[in-house]
Amino acid sequence: MIELQDVSYAYGGEAVLRGMDLTLAPGSFHFLTGPSGSGKTTFLRLLARQLVPTGGTLRIFGDDAAAMDRDAVAGVRRRIGVVHQDLAFLDHLSVAENVALPLTVAGRSDPEAVRELLAWTGLGSRARALPPQLSGGERQRMALARAVVMSPDVVLADEPTGNVDWEMSMRLMTLLVELNRMGKTVLIATHDLGLIRAMKGRASARTLRIRDGAPELAGAGL
Amino acid sequence: MRRVLTLLRGESGAGRMVPRTGAAATLTLGASAAMGFLAMFALALTFASGRLADRWSDGLAGTATVRIEAPRAQVEPQMRAALTVLRQTPGVAEVRALSAEERAALVAPWFGEDVPVADLPLPILIAVTEAVPGYDAEGLRLRLAAEAPGAVLDDHARWRGPLVAAARRLRLLGWLSMGIIALSSAAIVTLAANAALAANARVIEVLRLNGARDDYVARAFVRRFTLRAFIGAAGGTALGAMAIALLPSADAAGGFLTGLGFRGAGWLWPLLIPPVAGAVAFAATRAAAMRQLRAVS
Repeated sequence: MIELQDVSYAYGGEAVLRGMDLTLAPGSFHFLTGPSGSGKTTFLRLLARQLVPTGGTLRIFGDDAAAMDRDAVAGVRRRIGVVHQDLAFLDHLSVAENVALPLTVAGRSDPEAVRELLAWTGLGSRARALPPQLSGGERQRMALARAVVMSPDVVLADEPTGNVDWEMSMRLMTLLVELNRMGKTVLIATHDLGLIRAMKGRASARTLRIRDGAPELAGAGL
Repeated sequence: MRRVLTLLRGESGAGRMVPRTGAAATLTLGASAAMGFLAMFALALTFASGRLADRWSDGLAGTATVRIEAPRAQVEPQMRAALTVLRQTPGVAEVRALSAEERAALVAPWFGEDVPVADLPLPILIAVTEAVPGYDAEGLRLRLAAEAPGAVLDDHARWRGPLVAAARRLRLLGWLSMGIIALSSAAIVTLAANAALAANARVIEVLRLNGARDDYVARAFVRRFTLRAFIGAAGGTALGAMAIALLPSADAAGGFLTGLGFRGAGWLWPLLIPPVAGAVAFAATRAAAMRQLRAVS
């Protein structure tokens, strides 16, 4: 589904990620951890084709990420749902319109699916609110609802539990586990090791830790 | 064509994704109205100078005038001699001495109807119509000089040529003005579109992150600016048309300024101004949007 062969990425000549070899198989569940500045967000942006590797080969759904034209990139983004770290909402649109955004830009409309997703994430009563009117937890759930509205093959979440309390974090993680059980490939980037430990018993997740610019499988001592 | 129809059909999904941009919208609407107004006058000038050039080149082509300048006692004999020479000249189709009334009518636009022009020492004039092929003007002048020394042949070429050239140059300037107006419109719309695109850089980025194709994002801006340019230009053109329609009508003398208007089907030409303004805005906004989109992943 997503394959990395000796992939590296450098910002202005300074390598952030290097020598990455990894395959995200369909239906897999991964945590990606590492300290702040280790390259977790850069790694997710590579997978969502927001960045192009400066070295190696990245294949997304079989296609070379470096050779994709702009329409192909848009096509990839319709198959990969992303919960962005900064959430990236359009503040002049309602919650329902923001959740439906990936459908709208693809020329589709599915109000029923949007309603169900809002109910699933507990935002049914907030459909007409504007994003700035939501609490931190509500915004995180809204971002998750938008990430999955296209029923993507892959869901990438960048610090999805940032700025929310423990209870809300567990609720969000439960939603992501549910998605994985539906067959979606899920990768969650988080620096919260407590969260990863708490979820170990509830999902067959593998944990990748970025060390020296490359993700490696973390052992049981995590 | 399908793209244009999609553009004009109701508020598009893409349009709703982008917040309204007040200043840029007002600038486009106002500038397009001004440009439509100016284009209307440039078009009217182009048509008027075209008519003038045609009149001076075709209307007076094939005609000439012989003027008798002689002492009073010699006028009549010299006129008869000149008429005889002209009637014998190959290439002359028709010869006719103008009556006193016709000569008075020629100067009436300058002196007015009430001036007793009959008392003025107006020269005798003979109207000459050229056949096909025409006569040898130089040979005719020599014969007239020999047989009617007071007869002067004026084939209008001396003053008609520069006037026709001036009218044609004026027509060219009219088309050039319309080209400049179109380019200025494109520049103004590009500036306004760039401002709107820059103000919505974050919106564009979010749309792209959520799988929007470049065409989709561009459409949101292109539709707005195209419609505003069309509506603005339509308003400006309508105002310009009213102003031109209210100009004094062309009189029989066919003065230049009073002829600054459209005749018959010519009034259909201004209908092209709003669609052309829309097309210019479409191309300018699309180019600006695509240029800006290249900076977004």
